[in-house]
Amino acid sequence: MSRERFLIEGATLVDGQATDILVDDGFLTVGPDARDGAADATRIDAAGLIALPGLVDLHTHLREPGFEQSETVLTGTRAAAAGGYTTVFAMANTSPVADTAGVVEQELSLGRAAGYATVQPIGAVTVGLAGERLAELGAMAASRAKVRVFSDDGVCVADPLLMRRALEYVKAFDGVIAQHAQEPRLTAGAQMNEGALSGTLGLPGWPAVAEESIIARDVLLAEHVGSRLHVCHVSTAGSVDIVRWAKARGIDVTAEVTPHHLLLTEDLVAGYDARYKVNPPLRRADDVQALREGLADGTIDIVATDHAPHPIEAKDCEWDAAANGMVGLESALSVVQKAMVDTELLSWTDVARVMSAIPASIGRVDAGAPVASGSRADLTLYDPGVSEVFATDRLAGKGVNSPYLGIDLPGRVRWTFHGGTATLRDGALIEIDDAAARAREELARG
Amino acid sequence: MRHLLSTRDLDRETAIGILDVAEDMADVSSREVKKLPTLRGKTVVNLFFEDSTRTRISFEAAAKRLSADVINFSAKGSSVSKGESLKDTAQTLAAIGADAVVVRHSASGAPHTLASAGWIDAGILNAGDGTHEHPTQALLDAFTMRRRLHGSASRGKGLDGVHVVIVGDILHSRVARSDVWLLNTLGAHVTLIAPPTLLPVDTGQWPCEIGYDLDAAIDADPDVVMMLRIQAERMNAAFFPNTREYSRRWGLDASRLDRLRSDTMVMHPGPMVRGLEISAAAADSARSLVRDQVASGVSVRMAALYLLLSGDREVD
Repeated sequence: MSRERFLIEGATLVDGQATDILVDDGFLTVGPDARDGAADATRIDAAGLIALPGLVDLHTHLREPGFEQSETVLTGTRAAAAGGYTTVFAMANTSPVADTAGVVEQELSLGRAAGYATVQPIGAVTVGLAGERLAELGAMAASRAKVRVFSDDGVCVADPLLMRRALEYVKAFDGVIAQHAQEPRLTAGAQMNEGALSGTLGLPGWPAVAEESIIARDVLLAEHVGSRLHVCHVSTAGSVDIVRWAKARGIDVTAEVTPHHLLLTEDLVAGYDARYKVNPPLRRADDVQALREGLADGTIDIVATDHAPHPIEAKDCEWDAAANGMVGLESALSVVQKAMVDTELLSWTDVARVMSAIPASIGRVDAGAPVASGSRADLTLYDPGVSEVFATDRLAGKGVNSPYLGIDLPGRVRWTFHGGTATLRDGALIEIDDAAARAREELARG
Repeated sequence: MRHLLSTRDLDRETAIGILDVAEDMADVSSREVKKLPTLRGKTVVNLFFEDSTRTRISFEAAAKRLSADVINFSAKGSSVSKGESLKDTAQTLAAIGADAVVVRHSASGAPHTLASAGWIDAGILNAGDGTHEHPTQALLDAFTMRRRLHGSASRGKGLDGVHVVIVGDILHSRVARSDVWLLNTLGAHVTLIAPPTLLPVDTGQWPCEIGYDLDAAIDADPDVVMMLRIQAERMNAAFFPNTREYSRRWGLDASRLDRLRSDTMVMHPGPMVRGLEISAAAADSARSLVRDQVASGVSVRMAALYLLLSGDREVD
């Protein structure tokens, strides 16, 4: 069976230029040549749609194995395709923890079989995320999953000696430690950002210093041992300052910010609605502004979703008992448009950089190439001109724990191409069997 | 009144209205037959996720004096460890036909969630949630002060110009929070005294003064000194070195008691730890209103239940 080809007519590139794009045999032809040999191609009228490189998420919780009631590799990558993502890095806090070659290879295989997006596993830094001894980092790096990003995300590698050793050790295979910066002793029982509001609401506080002190320590460790450090979900103005200082000093550090920390503030917690419970917590408006500025000036390198699906009962309860986390894959591009593009802090060229090229580069995967002839056909067609109330029909994973339900968000992903396969067709995900069949064909071809 | 969740959202008129109804209820409590038929046929559930015999029996007495049917539901431990969710518990109470739910919970905001999640239609009365609020305690404190100051002429009055010093573990105290909001709304001037470790990190928006020095606060000649309970285990988390040092710096001992005016009110929400935050001499002195507070509690809770359950329910 020959593969379906697509002629995308009149799409807008990130630089504003209008062009035709041919998707043929897994690769792109962009420009006047696109119409050559496009006779039997499926035609897509892309007037008004921006052609972005397929998005790359360095921070996704796919929950499988172990927490399949929250999400599976299949449902999580469907959420990814719905949000315009073609590569997702799967966090290690599964059960069993992704701390061995076996588990990361299983995740890789599940992703390949599902066919909606490339799943690149992240390995745990320590055995069982327990923070006591190093996991088999080398075995995971040498496995079929070729792990380069290691993280105990969900918990901090708090022991400074262990963190130093991890940073040093992964130099052997060009790895990076992605740190969840949270000093555990300063955040025991923490429920929300510590400040005036936490005192009034009577919720134990999560102080900014608990994040900033770990980042400060880690950038100095990275400098000392000459290693690469990535900071997950930076959430405070002080953290932005520390990363800015570290970069000015030449330290090899990268940082991510989540969409929700770019848009939402702690004030939402006042109604005790657990949809707004997340770790690190929503912060003050001043922090949001500093994060936006940090992303705009390059201090923060990328946007990563921290997509964290939970079953309904984990949020339909009193605040203390609720789980931390929000789903984010399906809404990320719209939130970034609202927080960064519509505010003129980022151009679409910048969006392609912070949501595709740089995350791929940090994670050392072959993805995130610009929309150009010869590039692999990982492509997202996005309509920035619409605005609508975000509702559950936009959610494609198992989780409905989105903080955006009921609010107006701009933009909508219309098409997502993963390796030349249209996984999202004019706003609708392709059938699970079709995606799997395409994936099998691809694997058979090698 | 649809629910009573906090004192922060009570305006002065509403607060004085509750206190005035409580005066009427206090009159009932001094009669030979301490019972009104007002809430006959209504069902009040005391839903206590934390042990609190004092508060529960106060609410139970209040509901019974109004002839309501009372169900005590002791759900000790968090809903998570118990296995049943707050939602299922709430829906069970709705199915039983509860008209009001008096809830005590270790999680701040749990009564707010009960009132807003759509699980149950009953009126929700917050009997203390986490470190958030304990509105009936603040109302009974205000009621006690007002009665001491104005006696039988209390109705309609606030607490304008009254200087109240609250001493102790402010950080973990729902009573302190409810007192600060309510007493300020009623016109009182509130000073909080605590070790810096036992104050919230940012109280810049709180309508009160903050200090660390109990002796200075006593020298300022307050009208009320309210001591809060100190849990000895706080010293394990480095909030203060040990109970002896706490007692020396922030306890109401005999010498500090002697420096108070003879008509200064000494109050404590209970249970007291004698010898730690309050000396036996202070607890038992003529200035002490601790037992008045307990008696006021029943009247104030009768008023709250009456306002929640009598007449037409507001529709939200």
